[in-house]
Amino acid sequence: MATDTNRDHASEAEVEHAGDHGSHPTEGTYWKIFWILFAVTAVEVLLFYKSLPGVHLNNAALGILAMSKFVVVVGYFMHLKFDSRILRRLFVTGLILAVVVYIAYMLTMGVFIGDPPIHKS
Amino acid sequence: MTAPATIEHDSHAAHATNTGISNEKLAVWAFLGSECLLFGALISTYLLYKGRSTEGPRQEIYDIPFTSASSFMLLMSSLTMVLALAAIQRGDHPRLRLWLLATATLGSLFITGQVYEFTTFYREGLSVSSNLFGSTFFVLTGFHGVHVTLGIVMLLSLCVLSLRGKLPEQKSEVVEIIGLYWHFVDIVWIVIFTVVYLIP
Repeated sequence: MATDTNRDHASEAEVEHAGDHGSHPTEGTYWKIFWILFAVTAVEVLLFYKSLPGVHLNNAALGILAMSKFVVVVGYFMHLKFDSRILRRLFVTGLILAVVVYIAYMLTMGVFIGDPPIHKS
Repeated sequence: MTAPATIEHDSHAAHATNTGISNEKLAVWAFLGSECLLFGALISTYLLYKGRSTEGPRQEIYDIPFTSASSFMLLMSSLTMVLALAAIQRGDHPRLRLWLLATATLGSLFITGQVYEFTTFYREGLSVSSNLFGSTFFVLTGFHGVHVTLGIVMLLSLCVLSLRGKLPEQKSEVVEIIGLYWHFVDIVWIVIFTVVYLIP
């Protein structure tokens, strides 16, 4: 019975695992993604020189562009979009933990509320 | 008598294939998740002290066109890395070595650019001890530079292994794992480039 149970678990895992995998992108897709990333980087640099009206809007646009580049590289070049869900969960857990912890840390230290300079050096 | 042995054997097999992922790949993703915390700490510390130095050079010292060119090289190296993986997966070893060398060269150009940038900043009066901005900037970008340098060493090691015929298609996961590390270094730079250089 125990052997059957183990086999059932193994085959469930295999089915789930097989369901996680898709085919990896082709070389043509990699080139397309590269040119998209290049274009986004060019827009970022352009936004540095020709800012959108309002500092916050410009910063938000730069943040969104960087985030989109991050997601595309992780998803396609690192194959996380096509790989096992376990790997996705593992990485995203670390990422979310880092974002939450450090946003809380920066809020505590007054980073987003425009504290005046406090150090002379 | 044979039943317990069968159960034990099957449990072990089920444990080994439960995830269907090799231990090495799982470990690398866990490592990369933990690296998010390391770089998160360095980036948030940079943001914490940004604009709080009243003396010495600050953000106006940046050379954005130069850093943009460096960023382009690192972005390009992610493409060549993924092309190297595609090459080994189809058993094309000369192409694998070509793309690995291209990746290592682009990484080296990035590091050369960083050394030039650091030297220029030092000559203009910004050092790791000159002010809070200098300390946080050099620690953050320096840590990233060390990661890139380690990546270059690993890429060149892969080239040597391939030349010696010790990197067959069956071991393509080794290239994939080094590739994951390399792409991670690239995504960290994507964040650093925007947060440190582009956002005023």
